[in-house]
Formats: sequence, structure tokens, C-alpha cells
Amino acid sequence: MFRLSIQLRQALAKLTLPLLVALACCVMLLGQADRRVAEQARVAMSDAVAPLYSLLARPIDGLRGIAGETRHLVAVSAENQRLREENLKLRRWYDVAMALQAENATLKANLNWIPEPAPSFVTARAVADTSQFYARSILLSVAPGQILANHVTLSKDMVAVDAAGLVGRVTEVGSRSARVMLITDMSSRVPVSLESSHAAAIMEGTNAAAPRLTSYPEDVHPEEGERVVTNNVTNVFPAGLPVGTVHYIGPNNPVVEPYAQLGHVVVVRLFDYGLAAITPPDSPGRPASGGSSQHTVPKGAVGGSRNLIRGSANSIEAPGDGALPVTRPGRLPIDTGTAAAVIERG
Amino acid sequence: MSRQPRPERHPGIRPRPTIWRRLDAAGRRALPAAFSVLLVLLLCAPLGLPEQQALLPGTTMASVFFWSVFRPASMPAAVVFMLGLLYDLLSFSPPGIAILTLLIVHACGLGWRHGLARQGFLLVWMVFLLVAAGVIGLDWALMSAFSQRLLPPQPALFELALATGLYPLLSALFTWAHRGIADPTLA
Repeated sequence: MFRLSIQLRQALAKLTLPLLVALACCVMLLGQADRRVAEQARVAMSDAVAPLYSLLARPIDGLRGIAGETRHLVAVSAENQRLREENLKLRRWYDVAMALQAENATLKANLNWIPEPAPSFVTARAVADTSQFYARSILLSVAPGQILANHVTLSKDMVAVDAAGLVGRVTEVGSRSARVMLITDMSSRVPVSLESSHAAAIMEGTNAAAPRLTSYPEDVHPEEGERVVTNNVTNVFPAGLPVGTVHYIGPNNPVVEPYAQLGHVVVVRLFDYGLAAITPPDSPGRPASGGSSQHTVPKGAVGGSRNLIRGSANSIEAPGDGALPVTRPGRLPIDTGTAAAVIERG
Repeated sequence: MSRQPRPERHPGIRPRPTIWRRLDAAGRRALPAAFSVLLVLLLCAPLGLPEQQALLPGTTMASVFFWSVFRPASMPAAVVFMLGLLYDLLSFSPPGIAILTLLIVHACGLGWRHGLARQGFLLVWMVFLLVAAGVIGLDWALMSAFSQRLLPPQPALFELALATGLYPLLSALFTWAHRGIADPTLA
């Protein structure tokens, strides 16, 4: 090692801190000036820790499983009774769905309906919740070079969905990890449709658990408990993915309670709908220059009944081919009026 | 590495500095920094703790502050910088903010250590509260500036409350480590 004189060593020690503070400011400015560098660094770091985290996730999942199992054992008989009743109800609905599917098939045959291609998807494990105070996102671990069904690789703008509903959108992609901006993130704006009134609206993330519902037409009042599905107005999301239900947290203050369990996402499916009409902001939390304005939809721009027909067609096909995560357990995304009519007929 | 023990500071008969003893001392010296890095890595891991992401700023700040006051040799500015960089890269915040805030906490602890080290726990805690308030306010202001809108202040206040509440716990742990497993003179 070098032997420095005491004076020199003291001077160096005094200089280190101001130098490092200046360096921190440089890093901050660099991060703001060129977001790609920061993004690359972050993705490299995520790639480095993702295997470690997925290794860590296994024992934790095991522990959590044991805890959940013991809790379930306590309530098993009541649960059984409830499930039996629910099963009865669901079987009835299954008949309804099958009848509707058959009817739909005949109607489509009469209309020369061209079926939409099933979207390709990849399943990924959420290894870490990288949420911050000012941003909501999760980190996914993806096998290197994973290829989707029809030779599409993992890319930005893919739609992330869990078993129950919409989770968010992929915003950053590394070789082994990807980041998904959740719908609750402050920068997230999702064009949605209210299912019973067919009105278009915007679901605006606020970093809270339930995103706000805004920009619906003036003559439409979202009803408590009404289903909310995505809308393909801006061509970012496909129409008809289930998002959540309307809930009022105050007068004239509707929010959407997401179906997806955003608090602890375990596994998500990433769908490539080939809809990349709009470039997303570089990373959540900070709007790119002029980026946020692209996400807004003119007030009252209604998706139209076409979307809704398409959405429900997807919904009914889903249980058959298993491609689309459309139904929430116990709920069928079909028009209840028709369903009731079928029940009466049957 | 080849420094002789200074007899005027540590009088008495010293054991021979064998390689194991030197490794032990180095390990004890590096423990605070290693513990802080591990803390950041663990709190970014998918443990599923409630409000896990909110624990991160408070714990790192408390760790940096404590060791800057009581043993700055184990928490040099370069380590604080690397810790901030790791924090920034693992969390999803704009880069540089955590580095700057942790360096400010380090500077405060280092600058006031001669006054603080002689005071009781309560006063150190109060000073930490003030430093954390200032730093979290700065963090909030920078975040607001970068996202070009006024962010809600509630998360910042929650962060501050959590940091203040966590400090006594971590301080107790660190004090125990300072006198025990992290003390190089015991090697």
C-alpha cells in the first residue's frame, strides 16, 4: 500500500465527501438527461438479482403455503358447505354458458364471422414487488430467450394479466427480467368501458389500492358494483379484459376495485396482442416529455357496441381454448339479461 | 495493513497479529457496511412483509446515521455512495436521489459526531428525527420536481414516522454489535 503523508491523507479525507456529493448530483442529472442509461443500469442490476430472488422466493412460498394451509384447515367444514352451494350455482351457469356458446357459434356461422387469432402468451413469475412510494411496479423473472408461441419474444407493451384480471403493462425488458407497471401506478391510464352502460371512461392510477375512474360521459353514472372491462379506443389494450368493479369511496368519487390481486402478484401471463400504437413513458413515476397527453382519450369517445360484442365473444370462447383470462370465479362475463332468459328457457 | 499497534493508545501485551486474527478484525470492521448492503438486498426481495418498500429508506438512513456517528471508519463516504447506488438501482426511483440523501445523512452524522457521541440516546434520536425530516423533505421535493407535479405528502410523512419509530430498535441492535461482534479491538 502507498504511504501518504498525514497532511495529504487529511486533505483527501476532507475532499472525499464533497466530491461524492457532486458525483451524486451528476448521477441525478445524467439519469434525467438520458433515461436509457439509467434504464440499462437498472435492468442489468435486476438481471443480476432476479435469480437470487427467485431462489429466495421458493422457501418463502413454502412457508407461506404452510401458514395458509393451517389457516384453511381450521375453516374447512364451513368452506366445504359454501363450496358445495357455489358448485351447484356454477353448474347451472356452466349450462347457461354452454348454451350461449352453441347459440353464438350458430349465429357466427350465419354472419360469416372471422374469428380473431388467439393471442400468444408467456407465463412469468413475479419475483419482487418493486413498488415505491411514488410508483407501483413488479419485477418478473423470465427464462433467458424465452420465445412465445408464434416466435414472438418478450417485448415492451405486452399486457400482463393474472388469474382474475388486468395487472398492468410491461415497461422494461431485460434478458432475464421484465418490469410491469401496475394499473395502480400514478402514471397508469387505462381506457375502460363500463359494462352495463357501455360508456367509455379512463381508469387513472393514484398509487392507492383502487385506481380512480374518470372521464366518463356526463350523462352516465357508474353504478356501484358495475363491471369494468378494458376498451380498445387507443389500441393499447384489447377490448373486454376484465379489470374490476366500480365502488364509490365518496359522493361522485368512483374507483375501480381491481379483480387482480395486485398486493401479492405471484404469477402473471404476458399477452402479446400486437397492439403497440402508443409508446409508453420510459419508466413509471415520471411522465416522458409529452407522453402523458398521448394516453388521454377525448371525453365521451365511446368505444361503441362493436368493442363490447368483441369483448363478450372473447369472454365466452375463453373457457374452451384457455387462452384468455376472462372470468372471475363465480361470475360469467355475459349479459345477465340473456343469461336469465336462457335460464328461463332451460 | 502493516501498521504497528500504537502503544500509546492500546497499552498492554498484544497477541501476535496472525492471519486469522487480521481476517477477524477486517470482518468486524466491514460488518456495518455489509449489514447495510444485506438490508437493502433483503428489503427489495419478495418477502411479502407488510409495507416492505416503506421500511427501506428508514432502515438505511438509520444505519448510515448510527455508524457515521459512532464508528465512521466502518461507514466511509464511498461505502455510503455505493449503498445509495445499490438502493437506487434496486428500487424504482430516479437514480441519484438515494445517493444524495444518504450522503447528506452521512455528512450530518460525521459533522456532529463529536457533540453527539457524548450525548444520551434521546438527543441522538431527536437529531436523527430532524435529519430524517430534512432528507425526506428533500427527497419529496426532488421527486416532485422530476415528475413535474406536486406529489401527495402523506407517503413522505409515513416514511418519516416509520424511520423515527425504527431508529430505537436498530440503534439497540447496532449498539450491541458496536460493543460485540463488530468491534475490531476484540479480534
